[in-house]
Amino acid sequence: MRIKLHNLYSLLFAMMLYILPAHSWAQERAVSGTVLDETGSPLPGVSVVVKGTTKGAATDFDGRFQLLLNNGEDVLTISYIGYTSKDITVGNQTSLSISLSPDADQLEEVVVIGYGSVKKDDLTGSVQSVTAADFNQGAITSPQELVNGKMPGVQIVNGGGSPGAAATIRIRGGSSLSASNDPLIIIDGVPVSNEGVAGMRNPLNTINPNDIETFTVLKDASATAIYGSRASAGVIIITTKKGSKGGLQINYAGNVSVSTPTQFVDVLDADKYREVLVAQKPAVEGLMGDASTNWQEEIYQNAISTDHNVSVAGNIADVLPVRASIGYNNSEGVLRGDNLQRTTATLNLNPKLFDDHLKVDASVKFSNIQNTFANQGAIGAAAAMDPTQPIKNENGEYFSWTNPDGSPINIAPANPVALLNQRTDVSAGNRVIANAQLDYKFHFLPELRANLNVATDRIMSEGETVTSPEAMFNVESLGKGLRTEYTSEKSNDLLDFYLQYAKEFGESRFDIMGGYSYQHFYTENTGREFLGDEAERGVYVDRYENYLVSFFGRANYSLKDRYMVTVTLRNDGSSRFAPENRWGLFPSAALAWNIKKEGFLAGSETISALKFRAGYGVTGQQDIFDNYPYFGKYTRGNEFATYTFVDPATGQIMTPMVDPNTGRNVPYLSLRPEAYNKDLKWEEATTYNVGIDYGFYDDRITGSLEAYYKQNTDLLNTVDIPVGSNFNNRVISNIGSMEARGVEFSINTKLVNNGDLFWDLGFNVAVQDNQITQLTQVESETYLGVETGDIAGGTGNRVQIHTVGHPAYSFFVYEQVYDNEGNPIENMFVDRNEDGKINDFDKYHFNQSAPQVLMGINTSVSYKNWEFSASGRANFGNAVYNNMAALNGHYNDFETSGQFLGNINANALETNFNTEILLSDYYVQDASFFRMDNIMVGYNVKSLFGDSINARVYGTVNNAFVISNYEGIDPEIFGGIDNSFYPRPRTFMLGVNVSF
Amino acid sequence: MKSYIKNMSRAAMLIAAMATTSCVGDLDVTPIDPDVNTVDKALNSPEAMAQALSKVYAGFAVTGNVGPAGSGDVAGVDEGESSYWRLWFVAQEFPTDEAVNGWGDKDLPTLSQVSWTADNSFTRAFYYRSLYQVTLANEFIRQAAAYGTEYADTDRQVGEARFLRALAYYHALDMFGNKLPNIEEDKGVGAWLPQPWGQSERGPELFDFIESELMAAIEVLPAAAEAFVGQANKDAAKMTLAKLYLNHAVYRGQEDVAYYQKGKTMVDEVIANGSFDLMDADDVAGTDAYSPYEFNFLADNHTSNEIIFAISQDGNYSRTYGGTTFIVNAATGANKDNMGGGAWYGTRTTKALVNLFEADDARALWFTDGHNLEITDQSLFTEGYAVTKFKNMKRDGSKGDNASSEFVDTDVPVYRLADAYLMAAELDIRINGSVSATSLDMVNELRTRAGVGAVTSIDLDFILDERARELYWEAHRRTDLIRFGKFTGGDYVWPLKGNSLPDGGSISAHYELMPIPPSDLNANPNLSQNAGY
Repeated sequence: MRIKLHNLYSLLFAMMLYILPAHSWAQERAVSGTVLDETGSPLPGVSVVVKGTTKGAATDFDGRFQLLLNNGEDVLTISYIGYTSKDITVGNQTSLSISLSPDADQLEEVVVIGYGSVKKDDLTGSVQSVTAADFNQGAITSPQELVNGKMPGVQIVNGGGSPGAAATIRIRGGSSLSASNDPLIIIDGVPVSNEGVAGMRNPLNTINPNDIETFTVLKDASATAIYGSRASAGVIIITTKKGSKGGLQINYAGNVSVSTPTQFVDVLDADKYREVLVAQKPAVEGLMGDASTNWQEEIYQNAISTDHNVSVAGNIADVLPVRASIGYNNSEGVLRGDNLQRTTATLNLNPKLFDDHLKVDASVKFSNIQNTFANQGAIGAAAAMDPTQPIKNENGEYFSWTNPDGSPINIAPANPVALLNQRTDVSAGNRVIANAQLDYKFHFLPELRANLNVATDRIMSEGETVTSPEAMFNVESLGKGLRTEYTSEKSNDLLDFYLQYAKEFGESRFDIMGGYSYQHFYTENTGREFLGDEAERGVYVDRYENYLVSFFGRANYSLKDRYMVTVTLRNDGSSRFAPENRWGLFPSAALAWNIKKEGFLAGSETISALKFRAGYGVTGQQDIFDNYPYFGKYTRGNEFATYTFVDPATGQIMTPMVDPNTGRNVPYLSLRPEAYNKDLKWEEATTYNVGIDYGFYDDRITGSLEAYYKQNTDLLNTVDIPVGSNFNNRVISNIGSMEARGVEFSINTKLVNNGDLFWDLGFNVAVQDNQITQLTQVESETYLGVETGDIAGGTGNRVQIHTVGHPAYSFFVYEQVYDNEGNPIENMFVDRNEDGKINDFDKYHFNQSAPQVLMGINTSVSYKNWEFSASGRANFGNAVYNNMAALNGHYNDFETSGQFLGNINANALETNFNTEILLSDYYVQDASFFRMDNIMVGYNVKSLFGDSINARVYGTVNNAFVISNYEGIDPEIFGGIDNSFYPRPRTFMLGVNVSF
Repeated sequence: MKSYIKNMSRAAMLIAAMATTSCVGDLDVTPIDPDVNTVDKALNSPEAMAQALSKVYAGFAVTGNVGPAGSGDVAGVDEGESSYWRLWFVAQEFPTDEAVNGWGDKDLPTLSQVSWTADNSFTRAFYYRSLYQVTLANEFIRQAAAYGTEYADTDRQVGEARFLRALAYYHALDMFGNKLPNIEEDKGVGAWLPQPWGQSERGPELFDFIESELMAAIEVLPAAAEAFVGQANKDAAKMTLAKLYLNHAVYRGQEDVAYYQKGKTMVDEVIANGSFDLMDADDVAGTDAYSPYEFNFLADNHTSNEIIFAISQDGNYSRTYGGTTFIVNAATGANKDNMGGGAWYGTRTTKALVNLFEADDARALWFTDGHNLEITDQSLFTEGYAVTKFKNMKRDGSKGDNASSEFVDTDVPVYRLADAYLMAAELDIRINGSVSATSLDMVNELRTRAGVGAVTSIDLDFILDERARELYWEAHRRTDLIRFGKFTGGDYVWPLKGNSLPDGGSISAHYELMPIPPSDLNANPNLSQNAGY
């Protein structure tokens, strides 16, 4: 076989020679050689080009090549992806042995993109990558925290201070109204579902941040369109660490951290409370207690967390690169009782077989999560509970507001400490992501590769909530206790297959890839609850699935390494749409001009890199939270939503059927026809992107500048439909359009680089905005828009709106009138339409929740063995509705009915409001901020106990400080409504890394 | 080696080929949830048809598919607020002298002030809820023709659906007038735009449809004696017809005595058929803790023979934050233990209602401890008496069956015999100018039960006041005030009317009709807004 293949190669070689330009035949001499890698193994497919010409060859299966050289042609350029290129002077030699060494900057140079990777120089789209060395440091439990602030236009907002809390990621802002704005996340080639999992705080935190090697964000459509229908919100590609060359190396990384709450909601303390209540509500002062309780101090704690990771990486017997790791994280939350325990294990095998023709990347990632959720109801309760009451009364029972008959007043604030202690909420979950990617380079045609990726992602979780029979905050379970159980099971099975053909022709290089992808998502959720000893109830089983089938292709062409063109096309079929609307075609095209390689810049000392990029693409969106939206269905209701007939003779409720979920006789369970939209189709986003990548002074200054414009049409949008034409008054439809635009800039500098002292400084900024351009089928001048942004206070009150001509989620409120001293006048608003009445038509669009400017800054300094780094972020042009002040910042909140008392927000002392004023622009406050995310100081101990052991000791402070004018607890709240927010703690961490 | 590679490439190709061909077919999905089915699989048995019909009923009693909340029928409103009877109660009582609510819920305060605007959440929600009921009934009638032809109960079930549709349309007509969209039965689901019933706010089109539907339903509905409590019956249809006729001058825009005569015929038939009996001293058992009048509003009011038609409520099987759960709990404060439900500190009444009662009237059911009669601040629950008419207590003084007592068992008394008595007397006067001896006796039966003196002569003003005394909080008041010309203008005022305290002020005539929601006007260009909005 080997021989025959050789013959084939010889034949091909001969053909290649034949097609080479005729003039090169003059006065030639033959030179042959072998190219070896750093271990001495032959390297096939290496490009061997005669310097200054287009003439060249590729090494064969055994790393061998042969060339005929003309006179004067004396230097060969040997290059191979991932290896440092070499120029070899041939001289008199006729047989060469050349060994290439891996490029130290390999990971920076090669960037993973959809279905493959590409040299950074050849990139045509907007792709940004952060590797392990540049990750944020500190007590990080969720992967997305690793890169927060590192990339312009990538906004990552965690849901609060709970360990492992879910984070919202927005790439270039949101661009969909009702459909998902979450980017597609791909972990080692496996696109994973963004859907939350019952009992898991955040599906992404099942991945141990210590195992992550790179975090790549594809931003513009020319980069993302290869993922077609799921790419509108951007794509994040995460790759995990793999086995390296060389011997086995063991690494231990561990840390211990202490988190401490930094800020409480500004409410009255007991002394102030007594003073203000007596002045304002003397009629109820008798309800006050004798205690002085700071409820917020009672519910929060200093939280201690630890993290341990051991990994083994290397190359077993030089044939099996392997990395295995085990990690354990135990994180407490600052809310008492909040705890996350995560155990992870990973195994990556990356052997190359059959003389490197078959590359196998097999990986298994396992994680076990044990959650103890603290009752977050305590957060709001602590801000609303009367501070003059004791935690427990003299009988040793938790204090609770009661009716004269001793039953709890369920509209009164609940005892925050009881909320924490009398309800347990635990869950456990396992997740396995396993995949095997086989990349086969054809023996008879090494330029052709076949790539097969089979993967499965399985999540199983279960949880239980138990409310104590003594809990006064649950009227129903009082004296009985309530236990709720749930399970969740999800699977995601993937098969990708593609063929890729890459070829160089003189100064031209092209590669063509075409493939197919099949993915199946399945979910089953079940639940039940038990009230005391009663039979189970509220039993449910929900099951749903969806499929995506896709065909995709990409062609890259590069001329002289200067002019690059990329074209991609994806045809996606989604089971969410009717056959006639099912398939969506998503094209993209991009070109790049590497100006630096032009003659006029080639010699420039100043400019070390300069590339211009432009791209266009169409992406889609089909993630609408409903798996069967296009055809009619009937859904069976549960046993608590029935209509009862009573037999007049017996007075008994008729129970003529058996509930399949419980086996009990019940009244007829309703069968409800569900709304559907048979015309539903893809939402489409068209994006235009231009960018410049630059480098100065030998790349001591690098960065890029980008601008984009994005137009979303046929928005998947839940809209009001003509009543009577469907089984709901709002149905998901393709109505509406919006546009987004922005500019992003990044600069990374190596300010000092002299042997002992290194100082890097990086900065990025994104300016972005969006605007809704259509919302309804019928154009209407008087239509205000779709109200959104639910707040606490009353029922159905909302402070935001989607209106044509304004950004999505604009605040929509009344304009407050102020007195001469600048104090707001209670219940007095500007009559903006001057009709003499204050009603909805006087509200106006005031500010927005999404930041208009996002900045990130980071710096690192190392001097000899010492290192220091810091990173921070700033947002501008974002506002937050201070719901805590609006809800509790008035004197009537002291008492509601003369039966119980509540605390008030200290803001009441400024406004002197008596009544609840919810919809005033007074509470929509500028929430621009700068946050110092982390500061790190480290010391490297090199060559400990001889050469074999290296160690690093470091300390970090996360969330060191925040600068903002915002008056509430935290200016960084996704969605812009500050209501009972779990405060982000400040975390001090001490860590150590040892490798040997 | 070679064969190995060959096999491997073959295997890869095979996998790829198989995947490509077979898996495109996977895109054709059908539901795998045991609770979800396509219509052909869902409606495959008589039991399933009964379940589908029970949804049409359930739409009047609960708010969605999961009790008490979690899978609501109506979008754009808090699910608890989307309850049919909660919304109907809010619209019929809050803008009148009978009830005031002070919660800060969006758009709720303006209802008591009679100062709502076009996009009021509650009028919008009732528009969608009532017309959802019409759409549901249409679907049942269509599917019964497709899947129910062989079943014995189908004709009766279709009659029930037609009654329920007419009831929802009747309430919608009362609130929104004659320009409501005509949701044609045979149109089904799709991108079509309903036409308005009529071009003018007051007119005959929708009125005539409701009338003919009720006439048809009467033919197939069971007699009250044969029906379950909570089930539609002939007398329920007749009472609805009688209401339609009694108010015809408002709905059609002109008075025609013939309609009063038709109405009298209907009321007389209901009274005469003997199925119903006023709860009085004869019905009292030794264990009863309440007066006979109150039997109609208690957790076990399914035992009351006085109720002609009730919407069933059950604190266990029909959990909702609407219906009587809302009526009872929102009216409850410090008197929680005597009310049997939860305490939501919301709704109370005005002095205008309280002052209609003579001192010893047993129907005046107030809780006054800690409450003032005068209202100076809408948001304070303790201003205005709390109303204890509806309770989640059983006749024997025990609480309703739901363990938390949060969900109320008390059925909604849609029509009571007492109402029929008062309608008979009113129709007499409207037809003949005076009340018949029979009707006068019936009115005095009510007064006697209440422990107040009999009257010898009555006029329309007396009828309106007596209706308030007998029927307050039973969701008739706004309709009654409009029929008597006292709802708008300044002739009759009550606290908060026109957003004026303590006594109330005049309001514009356009408030007699509620606004068509702008959201539907935007979605359907065939529709137009009622005047004044």
